Amino acid sequence: MVEKIKSNPSYIELVSKRSSFAWKLTILMLVVYYAFIMVLAFSPEVLGASLSGGITTVGIPVGIAIIIFSFVLTGIYVNRANGEFDDLSNKVKEDLSKEINND
Amino acid sequence: MTKILLLLSVFAISLFASGDAGVSGQRDLNVAAVIMFFLFVFATLGITYWASKRTKSASDFYTAGGGITGTQNGTAIAGDYMSAASFLGITGLVYFKGYDGLIYSIGFLVGWPIILFMISEQLRNLGKYTFADVTAYRLRQTPIRILAAFGSIATVTLYLIAQMVGSGKLIQILFGLPYEFAVILVGILMIGYVAFGGMLATTWVQIIKAILLLCGTTFMSFMVLSHFGFSFEAMFQEATEVHAKGLDIMSPGGLVSDPVSAISLGIALMFGTAGLPHILMRFFTVADAKEARKSVFVATGLIGYFYILTFIMGFGAIVLVSQNPEYLDIAKGTLIGGNNMAAVHLAHAVGGDLFLGFISAVAFATILAVVSGLTLAGASAISHDLYANVYAKGKVDETQEIKVSKYATIAIGIVAIILGIAFEKQNIAFVVGLAFAIAASANFPVLFLSIYWKNLTTRGAFIGGSLGLATAVILVILGPIVWGQILNGDAEAAIFPYKYPALFSVTVAFVGIWFFSITDNSEDAKKEREAFDVQNIRCQTGIGADGAVNH
Repeated sequence: MVEKIKSNPSYIELVSKRSSFAWKLTILMLVVYYAFIMVLAFSPEVLGASLSGGITTVGIPVGIAIIIFSFVLTGIYVNRANGEFDDLSNKVKEDLSKEINND
Repeated sequence: MTKILLLLSVFAISLFASGDAGVSGQRDLNVAAVIMFFLFVFATLGITYWASKRTKSASDFYTAGGGITGTQNGTAIAGDYMSAASFLGITGLVYFKGYDGLIYSIGFLVGWPIILFMISEQLRNLGKYTFADVTAYRLRQTPIRILAAFGSIATVTLYLIAQMVGSGKLIQILFGLPYEFAVILVGILMIGYVAFGGMLATTWVQIIKAILLLCGTTFMSFMVLSHFGFSFEAMFQEATEVHAKGLDIMSPGGLVSDPVSAISLGIALMFGTAGLPHILMRFFTVADAKEARKSVFVATGLIGYFYILTFIMGFGAIVLVSQNPEYLDIAKGTLIGGNNMAAVHLAHAVGGDLFLGFISAVAFATILAVVSGLTLAGASAISHDLYANVYAKGKVDETQEIKVSKYATIAIGIVAIILGIAFEKQNIAFVVGLAFAIAASANFPVLFLSIYWKNLTTRGAFIGGSLGLATAVILVILGPIVWGQILNGDAEAAIFPYKYPALFSVTVAFVGIWFFSITDNSEDAKKEREAFDVQNIRCQTGIGADGAVNH
């Protein structure tokens, strides 16, 4: 049974697609956050510079953008996972129940 | 049951009646606040009564029978995360330091996308009631459950101390209740919610509180922005003119001073969030992976929105509160009740007595909801992990397990009250940091590797997880707050120079788990590695998962 699922093409596709997508998004989030942290640690003046001559600094839109970015990333993942990945996962289950009925 | 709930409310009223004797530093009793608080308490006790009728099985108690929808669960998660500490604390931080408050918020938020990508649906597919169900899936039950329960109870207890002390002080100021009464009141109400209503009541208390808090803060931010003609530039302009730090509040300050602290804080917040037992437990309340994902999406959106509001409120308070002598404690040079009260005073400044009452009641509700979630997570670690799976070896009658979980709830509640009173005058600044450090170093590495790393063995998980836990605790003790400020009166005296040990303790945990797993050549280890395939299929597809099949 385990071997059957492991060699099921939909299962292989599901595992490879989801894991590569999840890791890519994770790395993207980490890069954005740690880039922000590194700027804070090494050259905070970049974020303290005036945005367009006024009081508002570059750091304000950057900070708000990171918050929005985090939310958008979760939306992108949920959208693909609740569609494409769940379809693949359901396909694996269907294949499985067919095979059980044939046995 | 009805009688007990009635008794609880009578007790609560009598506390208020007796609590008017002169305590220094408190506001006059705000009648609107007390009325709204009672409305909340009666409504939530009503929900508890309703939930108690539906809480029969162990699954009902721990996970509300898995019947919570993704949107509801996401709102409840946001409720768990938007504690009084973050509502008052982050607004206060923005009020006091400006931009640094935003940095802090970002750190708390960015863990959520990672939780979604890496562990939320995996947890749902593999677990049942507690995260130890996942870590012990293919490893030996006894050592792994003991480690997980220890990590959970330590995290929950530390977090509870912070919440209880914070709530005692807050209620003292808002309602004029003596500190001890406030702590006892919170403790008794939370025991009531959890012991009778289980996860269903806890979830709905959390949802109601999250909605009230979001409505209140939205209104405050709207009023602040309208004061400045909806121009951020005008708001910043006026704030920098009146703030003691002037233009500096628009730039990063001293919050993140060196790269090691910066990375370490980032790791603590990110991995710590992914190792908090009361948060992880919420993923078992939904039916399947789809709803688990949706929960994180909703939670991230609400939490992110809330953090943007705290930033606006903090700046609003700089202009509208710091200039008004009505809110200032001239002798101390701070706000009345301390700078963490910025949000509360702002509520009065924009909405008068009635709205102040509303926000005070919401702040109290927030504390009640968060401590209930913590208590439930702690009680589950005791009844499900220690009692049912370690002591009774999994052969347990469900009624008995539920009974144990209720006793555990009462015990945790009493311990929380005692610790809350004992720590009243202590410096507890290290407590939440330590809770996050333990969650990040003991809970998260074992959980993460049990899901993703085939070669993990019981020996590796147990030794590595314990090393991570010990390192976190030791480094916090040797650090600037405990060894420095508390024991030697000077942060510089610390043996370990960094406030956040996570960078080191998480590394120790991962290396320890890795080393003691790959060198483990026992028969058991071989079986545990072989069991990974079956686990991974369930993890990937949900086949065989609890409540996640054929729908």
